Amino acid sequence: MILLPLALLAMQDTPPPEVDWDEEFGVEERVRNPETGEFPVDPYEQDNNNAGAHPFAGTNMAQAFGGQDGIRRIAERAVELSRQDPRIAEIFVAHDMVRLKRTLFEQFCYILNAGCDYTGRDMAAAHEGMGVRTSDMNALVENLQQAMQEEGIPFSAQNRLLAKLAPMSKNVIGN
Amino acid sequence: MKKIHALAAWATSLVLFANPANAQDEEAGAPPTSGQGLFEGGKLLLTNGVSSVEGASGGGIATWATIGGLEAESGIGLTGHVTLVELPDYGWQSHGVAIGIANRLELSYARQNLDTRDVGTALGLGEGYTFNQDVFGAKVRVFGDLIYGDPLIPQVSVGIQHKRSRDAAILQAVGAGSAEGTDFFASASKLFLSRSVLASATARFTSGNQGGLLGFGNAADKGRELRFEGSVAYQISRRAVLGAEFRSKPDNLGLGEDDWMDIFAAYALTDHITLTAAYADLGSIATFEDQRGAYLSAQVAF
Repeated sequence: MILLPLALLAMQDTPPPEVDWDEEFGVEERVRNPETGEFPVDPYEQDNNNAGAHPFAGTNMAQAFGGQDGIRRIAERAVELSRQDPRIAEIFVAHDMVRLKRTLFEQFCYILNAGCDYTGRDMAAAHEGMGVRTSDMNALVENLQQAMQEEGIPFSAQNRLLAKLAPMSKNVIGN
Repeated sequence: MKKIHALAAWATSLVLFANPANAQDEEAGAPPTSGQGLFEGGKLLLTNGVSSVEGASGGGIATWATIGGLEAESGIGLTGHVTLVELPDYGWQSHGVAIGIANRLELSYARQNLDTRDVGTALGLGEGYTFNQDVFGAKVRVFGDLIYGDPLIPQVSVGIQHKRSRDAAILQAVGAGSAEGTDFFASASKLFLSRSVLASATARFTSGNQGGLLGFGNAADKGRELRFEGSVAYQISRRAVLGAEFRSKPDNLGLGEDDWMDIFAAYALTDHITLTAAYADLGSIATFEDQRGAYLSAQVAF
């Protein structure tokens, strides 16, 4: 009796191995731009207003944050800490970390008046469909605080940057 | 001094109680906990306030618009606290718990005990007579956020505190109109990040004598008045805050009751434990003037 199913199994055609299932189902492979290392995104209008805050006047804040080099380290460190943070890591899984590090750097750099333009999307578009909650936002703030602390940024200057970011919450949370 | 030891023991037990949970949070490679569990936490350090002497989230003597506990979302937060105030003629002790639901509703309970020590004899109450009061509180966040949103729109809450003194007979002799009373209050609190300053203002409709420990109103009059209390605090670091508070009070008993004020320092020892030390000026209490002394409080929060 057991031989019959075995025989049937043996008679089955195995599918030809050369089928490209991605093509069969229309899956497009995303390819990183070899120059920037980023995945392409749908086109949008670039505007410094997308940064969501007016920049500081003068150069005090840019200096306090160690100029563009310091700001870049802080932005990248904050992203890395968040990506490894069990509270919010899942949010970052499907996102382009290379692009996020660059746009976050640009946003901070623009707001701190350290000589950058912000080329990313606005906060509502950038967080659409993410379902970010207040507690997630707070976790991100803590990671940013740690990144700033590691760079030796005075606490009052840390808070001045956070003061620029905090009002954006309405476009980030529950979006 | 016995009370100080009691505080130390309390604080130690809080630390022991809180640390395992804390360690678990920080365990490397712990599975993601977002969206799970009742005590999810999520508030930034110190932004839940500490426990005021009436059990509600606030400063020490002033109530804030904050909701107690660390819950920032849909779950539940909890706090427990114990507070001691060492005054020249009195010993104040209070302890209590609060539950914060979805960062929207706070329910609190506190027990206040005012030991009259030697003054008890002079007042004809007997040495060490202690006034006791239970405070049941409810607070609802109406709108706004302490940190986020429009920097000029504070978090606004309204609440009630129902107070039941346990010394009805004595209070009648003192001249209080009632041993029970209910305060109504509205609070607005905001952390102004650009200045690292937290400011809070509360309007309280109250008839409490010494907050209610000496009863409510007087024999002739219910004595309900609109009174102000407020705090200003400067954030030195994520874990440390310095501040000052003020609270105006009615004087229904004609005993020269003064406004309260303090300067305080609060420190978040861990994510769950906050210690507050203050120099408090409680003015005249039952004709004994210049009641100034050390205020110590420990809070554990989840």
